[in-house]
Amino acid sequence: MAVLVIAEHDNSNLKSSTLNTITAAKKLSDDIHLFILGSNTGELANKSKDIHLLSKVIKCDNEKLKNFLPELSAPLISNLAKNYSHILAPASTFGKNLLPRVSALLDITQISDVIDIVSNDTFVRPIYAGNAISQVQTNQKINLLTIRPTSFEKSEDSGGDASIEEIPFVDTDLKTIFINREVSKSDRPDLGNARIVVSGGRGLENSDNFKLLYELADKLNAAVGASRAAVDSGYIGNEYQVGQTGKMVAPELYIAVGISGAIQHLAGMKESKVIVAINKDLEAPIFNVADYGLSSDLFQAIPEIIKELDLLNQIET
Amino acid sequence: MKVLVAVKRVVDYKVQIRVKSDNSGVETQNVKMSVNPPDENAIEEAVKLKEQGLASETIAVSIGDEKSQDVLRTSMAMGIDKSILVKTQNTLEPLAVAKTLMKLIEKEKPDLVLMGKQAIDDDSNQTGQILSALLKWPQGCFISNLKIEGNKVSISREIDEGIENLETSLPAVLTCDLRLNTPRFASLPNIMKAKKKPLDIIDIDSLGIDTTPRIKTLKVIEPPKRKAGVMVSDVKELVKKLKYEAKVI
Repeated sequence: MAVLVIAEHDNSNLKSSTLNTITAAKKLSDDIHLFILGSNTGELANKSKDIHLLSKVIKCDNEKLKNFLPELSAPLISNLAKNYSHILAPASTFGKNLLPRVSALLDITQISDVIDIVSNDTFVRPIYAGNAISQVQTNQKINLLTIRPTSFEKSEDSGGDASIEEIPFVDTDLKTIFINREVSKSDRPDLGNARIVVSGGRGLENSDNFKLLYELADKLNAAVGASRAAVDSGYIGNEYQVGQTGKMVAPELYIAVGISGAIQHLAGMKESKVIVAINKDLEAPIFNVADYGLSSDLFQAIPEIIKELDLLNQIET
Repeated sequence: MKVLVAVKRVVDYKVQIRVKSDNSGVETQNVKMSVNPPDENAIEEAVKLKEQGLASETIAVSIGDEKSQDVLRTSMAMGIDKSILVKTQNTLEPLAVAKTLMKLIEKEKPDLVLMGKQAIDDDSNQTGQILSALLKWPQGCFISNLKIEGNKVSISREIDEGIENLETSLPAVLTCDLRLNTPRFASLPNIMKAKKKPLDIIDIDSLGIDTTPRIKTLKVIEPPKRKAGVMVSDVKELVKKLKYEAKVI
């Protein structure tokens, strides 16, 4: 049977989490359909049909779907459900907000945050902030899964030739009005899929000092992250929080600066390939997961690292 | 306005959990248990609404065994008026939790339902969304700000891109993020007072809902350990290692 992937997008481009989710779907079926719910998505659907692994792109286009309100999207998904063995969405705030409603409409228990697919009915997911890994099995007629993007590679977004099917919009009585989104603009790579992440914690002491971190991030072409303590203290916005209740990241290099390393933070970054910890407190638990630890005052260390990186660049050019 | 808060009893967030040696689950015997942290934010918000004169009554509900009474007593010590324990020995899936809450909502008729955005034990992040869909009430997830004027509800939601602002109306289901407020500590006099507040216990079987698990846990294992790292003596050594040993810069 075919597998349905719910696209996360901004009405013009797919979010990379969608490509990770398509890779997960490949483990379940060769017949993968992408469902795009949005407004003015003609061009997006056209681009998406090139995705190598897809056999069909289904779109439902309506002005009302522009802001992805889950009350409107969920019934449109559940109407299609009978054709599919599995319905997948990224385990981002988009997917978390949406898929449980489909679970309610279909009376199917959803499996959240899947990090591995063992077989068509057996899945692996972290529990307790990733401090335990649970393998679960279900024999429900439809499987609803949210997929942790960092656990699956991105699928190729070219080389394919999927068909496009448009389905009619069906309205749902809705009391909610979308006001706006406050999105911080940044030229840095996206935190969710950056190759390098530089993260700051309470040790940075204030929002002004985060500029030091931005400077280091820009030298490395890295994304910026933060611990919950730094976000709670108002040093930086919530969209930068890495951890159990924030974002999951798994970059090639994660540099934790002034972060003590509470288990809730480790939950969001311990899958990183190489971890560097810079902290003046030698007892900080972050050192237990670090490949390279530097016990030093960050206000001295960071400018020195920037200087060293400049020297390296000079040697290379 | 009547406010209902759903509260879960979980292993305290500071406890380093242990996987059982037979791989059947996580050890919860003789471990410190507490109110699920984002549920504390939901309690705090309900109590604030009462203090502001917006809520007329606040009710906490928990689903679990006898011991879950302690999180309800904590809720009432923080200022919740009364509470209900739905007693069950089984672990319920989010869908079953939502159906259970729905039964109580039919009886208690709250105008607003608050709960944490996820439980820190199974990290499912589903119950509020399911409940909203079952009730056909507006959904507001991961909220970090709430304003209620009359029937109008204004919320800010924490999303991956930043903040989303929505306006909706009562009745509604809202799930709380940790930044919604700072939960108060229960004072000793309030802990004493909470012992006298009403706590009803009902058996889940009396609600007539199917809570049979749909998912079977095959095994629970420990995550792979990271291999021990090294301490470097200075920045020069660190940059050199990242460049020539790890080859990541």
